[in-house]
Amino acid sequence: MNLLERLQSLTERFAQSALETAGPQAERIAALWWLFFWVCTIIFVLVVAALVFALYRGRARSVEESSGPAVTLDSGREAGIHRKIFGLIVLTAIILFAFLLATEMTGRSLASLTSSGGVTIELTGYRWWWRARYLDPAPERIVVTANEIHIPVGKPVLINLYSRDVIHSLWVPELHGKRDLIPGHPNALWIQADRPGRYDGQCAEFCGQQHAHMRLIVIADPPDRFDAWLDAQRVTAQAPGDDTAKRGMEVFLTGSCALCHAIQGTDANGQVAPDLTHIASRATLAAGTLPNTPGHLAGWIVDPQHVKPGAAMPPNSLSAEDLQALLAYLKGLR
Amino acid sequence: MTTLAKTGVRDTDLTAAELHAALERVWEPPSGFIGWFKNVFHKPISTRFIFAALGFFALGGVLALLMRLQLAMPENTLLSPDLYNQLFTVHGSTMMFLFAVPVMQAVGLYFVPLMVGTRNLAFPRLNTFGFFVYIIGGVLLWVALFLNIGPDTGWFSYVPLSGPEYSPGKRVDVWAQMITFTELSSLVAAVEIIVTVFKLRAPGMSLNRIPIFVWAQLVTSFMVIFAMPAVMLASAFLAMDRLVDTHFFNPAEGGDALLWQHLFWFFGHPEVYIIFIPATGIVSMLVQTFSRRPIVGYTAIVLSLIATAILGFGLWVHHMFATGLPQLGESFFTAASMLIAIPSGIQIFCWIATLWTGRLLVRTPLLFVAGFIFIFVLGGLTGVMQASVPIDLQVHDTFFVVAHFHYVLIGGAVFPLIGGLYYWFPKMTGRMMSESLGRVNFWIFFIGFNLTFFPMHQLGLAGMPRRVYTYLPQTGWGPLNFVSTIGAFVLSVAVIVFLLNAFVSYRTGALAGENPWGADSLDWSVPSPAPSYNFLYIPTVNSRTPLWTMEPAQPVVTGMRADILEVLVTELHDATPDHRHLLDGPSIWPFLTAVAFGIGVITAIFTAWGVTIGAVLCFITLAGWFWPAGQPIEDTAREAAPPLGERA
Repeated sequence: MNLLERLQSLTERFAQSALETAGPQAERIAALWWLFFWVCTIIFVLVVAALVFALYRGRARSVEESSGPAVTLDSGREAGIHRKIFGLIVLTAIILFAFLLATEMTGRSLASLTSSGGVTIELTGYRWWWRARYLDPAPERIVVTANEIHIPVGKPVLINLYSRDVIHSLWVPELHGKRDLIPGHPNALWIQADRPGRYDGQCAEFCGQQHAHMRLIVIADPPDRFDAWLDAQRVTAQAPGDDTAKRGMEVFLTGSCALCHAIQGTDANGQVAPDLTHIASRATLAAGTLPNTPGHLAGWIVDPQHVKPGAAMPPNSLSAEDLQALLAYLKGLR
Repeated sequence: MTTLAKTGVRDTDLTAAELHAALERVWEPPSGFIGWFKNVFHKPISTRFIFAALGFFALGGVLALLMRLQLAMPENTLLSPDLYNQLFTVHGSTMMFLFAVPVMQAVGLYFVPLMVGTRNLAFPRLNTFGFFVYIIGGVLLWVALFLNIGPDTGWFSYVPLSGPEYSPGKRVDVWAQMITFTELSSLVAAVEIIVTVFKLRAPGMSLNRIPIFVWAQLVTSFMVIFAMPAVMLASAFLAMDRLVDTHFFNPAEGGDALLWQHLFWFFGHPEVYIIFIPATGIVSMLVQTFSRRPIVGYTAIVLSLIATAILGFGLWVHHMFATGLPQLGESFFTAASMLIAIPSGIQIFCWIATLWTGRLLVRTPLLFVAGFIFIFVLGGLTGVMQASVPIDLQVHDTFFVVAHFHYVLIGGAVFPLIGGLYYWFPKMTGRMMSESLGRVNFWIFFIGFNLTFFPMHQLGLAGMPRRVYTYLPQTGWGPLNFVSTIGAFVLSVAVIVFLLNAFVSYRTGALAGENPWGADSLDWSVPSPAPSYNFLYIPTVNSRTPLWTMEPAQPVVTGMRADILEVLVTELHDATPDHRHLLDGPSIWPFLTAVAFGIGVITAIFTAWGVTIGAVLCFITLAGWFWPAGQPIEDTAREAAPPLGERA
């Protein structure tokens, strides 16, 4: 294994690394990064070597405290030093210019990724979660979900970015660099994944108390699986199957849940919190903070402030029976 | 009209011993408790400034340790998110506004008069005012933190998060007003330094002979004057949005969230050069002294400082690449950001060339210079990486950036500062710092620093954003964070060793003579510690390295009054003697004005009436400050420039 691979392998322990790329854009940025990395490393090594040599050479000719100036300046020699420094500066300028060109070329190729008629997602940042809407000319075919987006492998996807409160920043390192979600300034970002998988990201602009727990998951599926997922998401919520689940639905609709959350196909139509129509199909809870298991869901419902202090969701004091019923209902929302 | 010779007591009338006694009487700071507040002399005021700034550095460091403890392990619960957010905000604000900028200016306020050969700063009372304003601002921030109303929106306090809707309460107001205090103090210091450098230089110190440290202070002061108004404007807009319901930054009412970022970074990027340029000035002085030769490329270095200052204002947008810019705008700011590597490169090459061709005196300050070059070059190169928009889009707002700016700020400013304090400690106290402790200090600092901050580069590339109070275990960031936390504690040991060294050496260090390092600049021509009046006779200068080229009969300025606070004013370009000028003496009014201003600004956190109250109080204290103090002393006589002559 050569040094390059060895260095790269160091990064593979990380779940959301900018250097372990899964899409063409992140890949181009990583290539540019490695160019900068190696050139800068060489420069650094040379400068430090010169410094160490200068210190070593100067120390061999060291002087005592009491002495004044100890070097007689020779104008020819000084002029030589000046010429060498000038040469180094010219070299620096050439390297910087090469960097600039490489940056420009990468910038252009990043901007060239577009397509028409592909998937367009409207992503809106809230404190501290993401609302995703898959746009469609037919309003009834629009899909609303939260904190987990699915994209088809190998196809450019347009993400329109909005914020409902403060500035957030979308960052899924394995796919692309950041783009801010700024209130009053709609933004857009094209992304593409080249291989199927789960790519984690999180908000990169400080947005308050739970900035650390504003995560987003991107799941790249082969196109047919993606289409199947999208079709499934278009269906309104499944009716509760058994009595427990029916009771759970009642808890949801008559308690405080429905004030903020929506479940398509029921009366719950709250718009200030994640849409829960297909919550059971998602991998995580609380914007990527917890795995989506019944235990975690129960803990989250009862005491969200323990998991995400400062989050908008209040604690819920439900009887054990009601809680179990609610869990049974939510578990059915595939 | 009296003739020149018959007015007052002149240095020509006295023997050296008598002159010393006479000058001591006039220049000695007032004593007693009230006297402490009336002091207007640059060395005691700057010493307080340095002490206070180092105190804030230590406090900010404690916050950093707490944060490192919290991040040592995933999902740690040592600190609540609310407290963590206050800590990183106060840490950043303290280090930038209460430590880095003030400490560099304080070193300047101390040594610029000594290096240019004069007796005090140009506006002594203004200097005292600036100090008290700074202290009030610093205390405000820290009292707020202890009262749990510490600001919590980060040192750049982006709107709308810091606006009235998302940050109710008084936390952000405290931050905004602290900015007002410290920036005012900074502006005051900048004016002091510019006028002192331009008008109070010793005869012969033409512009092309000014020590590089003084050039660095001068250039920085001009940057302060252009940069600080932008942030004072921004913080005033923010305070008004919060206090009187204006909508400068509210998109719903036609305001703009990005306006804040432009205003803030138009200040914020020059700010890092405001910290870094004086540090390079220290490095240039140290390199020259410890290489035992005039520095290579004096002119190139000075022009680099000026180029850095100008370019520094043209690249603020590289903090905003992720906001989505037009391609052409990106290219411009990328090019500008990369361009600034050239003046920095010139300086580094000149320093290395000087060391290379010098005969070294290897002492602690030189070790700090070497450490500085190592760390700063690394930080500079990661800066070049971030100038590239695509790379920046990945590393922006991650720990990679945290690593980068600690490399350029600790490596680029704190290493030279500590080196400079080792260097100037004898001049300030009369005693040498321990060399052996100094070396221990350096190596612990160097190792601890790299252990703390190098892993952060990797963390950033691995996806760890800044300003997160915790992270999930599956991210894989745990081990590197743990290493970094250990490094932070090593680093703090180095700071303790430094303080210990300073404390022990102050009491028992070897006595330093006038010029223990064999240095070349005028500050080393006076006894250590420097007397209250600095120079017995105003010296003259015949080269860039005056003490190294001094003639046996180097003339001094004679005929200066010894019984009043008189300084020699020289012409801007060639420093030829122009006239004599009477400086203001001790006064309580600068302190009272600072208090009046403080009352106004702090009251304005709670009610808009604070502005009115403050204005009335300031009017009263300023009237006291500027109240005519009787008859001016023989103005016409003081018009004339005194002659140059021999020492008595």
